[in-house]
Amino acid sequence: MIVLSAIVSLTLLGLVLGLLLGIAAKYLKVESSPVIDELEALLPGSQCGQCGFPGCRPAAEALAAGEAPATLCPPGGSALAEQIATLLGISLDLSDMAEPEALVARVDEDNCTGCTRCFKVCPTDAIVGAPKQIHAVVADACIACQKCIAVCPTECLQMHPVEVTLRNWRWTKPPRMRSSEAVC
Amino acid sequence: MLSFFKKAKPTIRGGVHATEHKSETSGKPIVYSFPLPAKLYIPLQQHVGKPAEPLIKVGDHVLKGQLLAYSQGAISAPVHAPTSGIIVDVSEYPAPHPSALPIRTVVLASDGQEKWQKFSPVNDPLTIDPEEISLRVGAAGIVGLGGATFPSAVKLSQGRKNKVHTLLINAGECEPYLTCDDRLMQERPEKIIDGVRIMLHGLGATQAIIALEDNKEQAFLAMQTAAQPYPNVTVMQVPTRYPMGWDRQMIRYITGKEVPAGSRSTDMGILLHNVGTAYAVHKALRTGQPLISRVVTISGSAVKNPMNVEVPIGTLISEVLDFCGVDLEKTQRLVMGGPMMGEALPHPAVPIVKGTSGILALAENEIKTGTEQACIRCGSCVSACPAGLLPLEMMSRIKNNQLDAAVGFGLKDCISCGSCSYVCPSNIPLVHYFKYASGELIARQQAQHKTEQTKRLMHDKQARLERIRLQQEEEMRQMQMEKQQRELAKAQAAEAEITS
Repeated sequence: MIVLSAIVSLTLLGLVLGLLLGIAAKYLKVESSPVIDELEALLPGSQCGQCGFPGCRPAAEALAAGEAPATLCPPGGSALAEQIATLLGISLDLSDMAEPEALVARVDEDNCTGCTRCFKVCPTDAIVGAPKQIHAVVADACIACQKCIAVCPTECLQMHPVEVTLRNWRWTKPPRMRSSEAVC
Repeated sequence: MLSFFKKAKPTIRGGVHATEHKSETSGKPIVYSFPLPAKLYIPLQQHVGKPAEPLIKVGDHVLKGQLLAYSQGAISAPVHAPTSGIIVDVSEYPAPHPSALPIRTVVLASDGQEKWQKFSPVNDPLTIDPEEISLRVGAAGIVGLGGATFPSAVKLSQGRKNKVHTLLINAGECEPYLTCDDRLMQERPEKIIDGVRIMLHGLGATQAIIALEDNKEQAFLAMQTAAQPYPNVTVMQVPTRYPMGWDRQMIRYITGKEVPAGSRSTDMGILLHNVGTAYAVHKALRTGQPLISRVVTISGSAVKNPMNVEVPIGTLISEVLDFCGVDLEKTQRLVMGGPMMGEALPHPAVPIVKGTSGILALAENEIKTGTEQACIRCGSCVSACPAGLLPLEMMSRIKNNQLDAAVGFGLKDCISCGSCSYVCPSNIPLVHYFKYASGELIARQQAQHKTEQTKRLMHDKQARLERIRLQQEEEMRQMQMEKQQRELAKAQAAEAEITS
């Protein structure tokens, strides 16, 4: 008898609380700020964690709350910082921000064992290959997240700077004046 | 039609008047005795658009004027052999570019025979189908010889489609030092006028105007005499003020109308071609010869014998400099093109290409030196800008990496003419900032494109993993069901055995 009453009371309790929670979820729903969504759309979305936040969404939340600077995202560089600053309406001095060096992963064919670990972790399917066959990186799809570097058992995957060709060569920024010259 | 143009009041916006330095070469006839180089380096991309695709292989013997590489795609131009000889390499060699990065190049070892390929020129290009003119101009590999190197055939076809009424021949040659167009007009005016008439026929336009800066008196007289018999070809003088040769400046002066930002001169019924291009068209249509050589101005105070010289395309600049007696120790800067818009070359071991109008070996007294100082907001750059922009404002934005703000000030309308840098009393390299920013904007656009692509790829991968997971679950369930059925069948069989 005691066992039965315990079962019945706990079941009732569970049902009532569940109902309450269900109603609360529907009527007391916290809408996420649209600014956070917009910020998240701007961020690269590779969840690399280089900003110190666990992913792009938490980073966007911190940005919206004013807890992180607009320059937080290293892969985005100053272009992204400028977009974020425009969205949030904050002023920004970018003259000291270093541009990220463009990198791309490359497979050293001599050491690749065809273990397939790298292309399993690649978030953009930039590594192609088959078991026991040499893998290759599709340079245009590589986002330099370096996840493959960590899992490669033979260290045959390495990051290399993107090669400069006539197609991607650009004028560099003129060097800044030295302060002694700036004062007349 | 001309009366309509005369009514308008000519205006010139901005610009500078730099020391001309043209007299060193403008009085001397073009030199044709340049010795044939042992090897020619012919880049496969000497034009705007897609690079040409080679159809020869190493070891082939080619004749002078033979097609080496054909044009690919709508905007491209073919490349021909500048002399007869043997192909020794098709590989990467330094490009005539400020970076001197490698470019795909055909290397031709000349055999000294200069044996021409046979051509079949048309009898009278002024009576053939206009479409045929475009085709032949395209097949001859002719590109804008003023330096822009846009394929001329594409311009002719587009002009015909847009029904342009006026062909404007740009003979401004407003860059200091350069006189190759000037000499060409002095020495071969009839041929140029013939080329202009062929282009007029190819376009279906009603009139041609040839505009020269008024510092080329001899060329003007020669051209006027040559144009006398043809009422639809007018030769006129425009004031000498850099950048008069900018198409929009010239149209604004001649017609009094402004080509709106973001639209083209063909929208106003005017098509521009360089005067050198007109000569190349004459040669291609009358003799069938493709574009395989050009007249180049070699000047600058480090040059012992400054001159205009006709050289085959692909000649190394170092060989031409040797021919003119260049003191490389005195040379502070080597420039391809004019001093205002030309590009500094890191070394002379790069070839002359179709768009090379001049090679300048400038000594120290000819280049602007002096340390950069802070902007004093004097506004000199604003009055010098022919595009009507505010260079100082754009510069300060770019300095702080605020490129979108610089675009708001009209960065995309900057033509990199160099007038602002020329007049700046603080020695600020304004054009360098604008070139950097324009390149950076392209890089950002590509980065933006890549971000979108990354998101799509990640989404696709996640969707695929999810699909695989569901599929595996489904298979698992089916396997279990089959196992159950098998066991059930086994049990039934066992039961049946027992009962029997």
